[in-house]
Amino acid sequence: MAEKILMIALSPTMEEGTIVEWHKKEGDNVETGDVICEVETDKATMDYESSQSGTLLRIIKQQGDKARVGEAIAIIGEEKEDITEILKEIENEKINPAPQEKKAKPAEKKQESETVEQKHTKPREEAPPASKPPTKEEKAPPTPGRIKASPLARKKAKEMGVDLRSIRGSGPDGRITVKDIENAKAITPQASLSNETKRIKGGIIPVSTMRATIAKRLSESKFTAPHFSVTISATADRLLNLRESINSKAEKKLSLNSFLIKLSAEALVRHPAILSSWEEENIRLFDTADIALAVALTEGLITPVVRSAESKTISEIDYELTDLIQRAKTSSLTPEEYTQAGFTISNLGSYGVEEFDAIINPPGSAILAVGAIKTEPIYDGETFRPAKIIRLTLSCDHRTIDGALAADFMRTLKAMIEEPAEALI
Amino acid sequence: MAVISYREALNQAIDEEMARDENVFILGEEVGEYNGAYKVSRGLLAKYGEKRVIDTPIAELGFTGIGIGAAIAGLRPIVEWMTHNFAILAMDQVINNAAKMRHMSGGQIKVPIVFRGPNGPAEYLSSQHSQSLAAFWMHVPGLKVVAPATPYDAKGLLKSAIRDDDPVVMLEAELMYSWEGEVPEEEYLIPIGKADIKRQGKDVTLITYSKPLRTVLSVADKLAERGIDAEVIDLRSLRPLDTDTIFASVRKTHRAVVVDEAWPMGSPASFVAYAISRECFDELDAQVEIVTSEDVPMPYNHRLELAVQPSEEKISDAVAKVLYME
Repeated sequence: MAEKILMIALSPTMEEGTIVEWHKKEGDNVETGDVICEVETDKATMDYESSQSGTLLRIIKQQGDKARVGEAIAIIGEEKEDITEILKEIENEKINPAPQEKKAKPAEKKQESETVEQKHTKPREEAPPASKPPTKEEKAPPTPGRIKASPLARKKAKEMGVDLRSIRGSGPDGRITVKDIENAKAITPQASLSNETKRIKGGIIPVSTMRATIAKRLSESKFTAPHFSVTISATADRLLNLRESINSKAEKKLSLNSFLIKLSAEALVRHPAILSSWEEENIRLFDTADIALAVALTEGLITPVVRSAESKTISEIDYELTDLIQRAKTSSLTPEEYTQAGFTISNLGSYGVEEFDAIINPPGSAILAVGAIKTEPIYDGETFRPAKIIRLTLSCDHRTIDGALAADFMRTLKAMIEEPAEALI
Repeated sequence: MAVISYREALNQAIDEEMARDENVFILGEEVGEYNGAYKVSRGLLAKYGEKRVIDTPIAELGFTGIGIGAAIAGLRPIVEWMTHNFAILAMDQVINNAAKMRHMSGGQIKVPIVFRGPNGPAEYLSSQHSQSLAAFWMHVPGLKVVAPATPYDAKGLLKSAIRDDDPVVMLEAELMYSWEGEVPEEEYLIPIGKADIKRQGKDVTLITYSKPLRTVLSVADKLAERGIDAEVIDLRSLRPLDTDTIFASVRKTHRAVVVDEAWPMGSPASFVAYAISRECFDELDAQVEIVTSEDVPMPYNHRLELAVQPSEEKISDAVAKVLYME
């Protein structure tokens, strides 16, 4: 019995695939699990493993052809089998491609009702013939594109999020049964486990106002500002020693972020073009270094701003920052305190992240992503010695900042980190 | 608990009800002097006399009509038909009088009568005496229809039928009269319209009534050896039909096979299958299969006679179909 090999959904979102290459040719023997062809999906090129076995009788979709999910790409069956009927069927499907749930056309309906049979009255061989046993030809033609699945299988598929189009049914005429759904689910990575053994509980979380704001602002930033980033490494030993010696005498320990804000402010004073904002008709240049720090909260993040960091001391910055972070965590910041920064710092160093790209926090044009400080060997011309290395990545809006400007700014910042006294000059 | 035969259980039910209520009496062919064609009324003539145990001529329409008249007049007759095959002659009285009087009198007339006797195929009886007429009775609003398959159910249901104020048709089976089972000494009743789960299971629901129950239970045991856990529902009552029990089981197993000795078209099995398809549509993993007698008059040849009835093999095949094991 010749059967169609259908294009299946090889990715959850795939609606159409392109045949990249056939691994089998007409006349070849195909076993279940054999890769018969490669298919380019919306996501990747995937191997198409056959779930049928037999002889590949006809390739319908040649290399480079596109096929919708559910469309026949080949015919498989027994050697030398007559496939004229099935080809006709495929031809018909091409002429009237039926959406999945399209109702049978009146003509088909009529045929179905004429061929209703009491299957159960089929006599045993030794019994006298009772009602006419149904013959293959009398069977109502399958509605093209319609998926045969038991009602329970449909219900289960919906519950488990399984796409029926991706499953080959094991029941009569390829009907998908509940077992097929369970098996399909069992071999996918997100296998459904009983609640007792579930380690990951999925679900739906309503979007909070904060989440919505983050989503909206960052999408706008990422999709409108052409981002590019530059990364530089700096040796941070001197900065760290300086901080340590100050902190050893001070009552209140100054955070590394306070130092980074101060040094960034000094670098911005030297490269004021970084402190800019794209306003379509104009480019706004800020007149103070208002530097935000990204602070992680359980439900999102917030960017409290230290205003005019260029005219504040590190301890003033630190004092302000401590207060801002504390109030950020209790959601008691006013909008004026966390918006309108000209520059932002995001530090993931405490997580051990070495370097990363951040998304620009508008209206600013640049954000500094700070990685972890790692001890690495460096070569000083004669010998290797250990050094504390910090990697900094600046993401910039190319509408206002060009590569050379970003690189120049980073060179200055690196110099200040490596020799903090540079900031005083 | 005493182990007694099905016929003995029926005899106890009639005896107890006749002793309890003097309005209860039995009439029919051979119920008195001969002690019943199948010995169900053994000893009753000697105990209650010929006013309450009445031998009738061979005239089903006549004595069934007399019974219905007596019921309308306030007595509680039990009409024994030697077999349901002969009751075809009495159908006019049952369908047009017994089943309709309460409705047509606006509830003023009640017809508390029981019609009982063997139904369905037995052995070597050929076409005219080997048919299940369950569907004919089940079809009629105004009648109640019971079909117990064990001595326990037979006694409890017959007692309920005698006490019921509506006409009740009871389906027995010749081959079941000698079947034995446990029946308690103390009095009990089984409500009409309640199915009984004869075997708990989770993989497939097998629904039947009357004589095929034994075959179905035997199939269930053999399926268990193959790791298939079948639930067996004995309908016991065909009208009213205990759909709650059926649906609850199918919602659990997702598959159903209905086994029935009647012919397929318009059979009790076909109605049960329809009800399941309608109410449990989203719970079904396969079509509902029915296993009935073949759609032919009963052959006399014994091999053919066996071949046209529901068999263990046919039931197993149907189970394999709904479990996709073919």
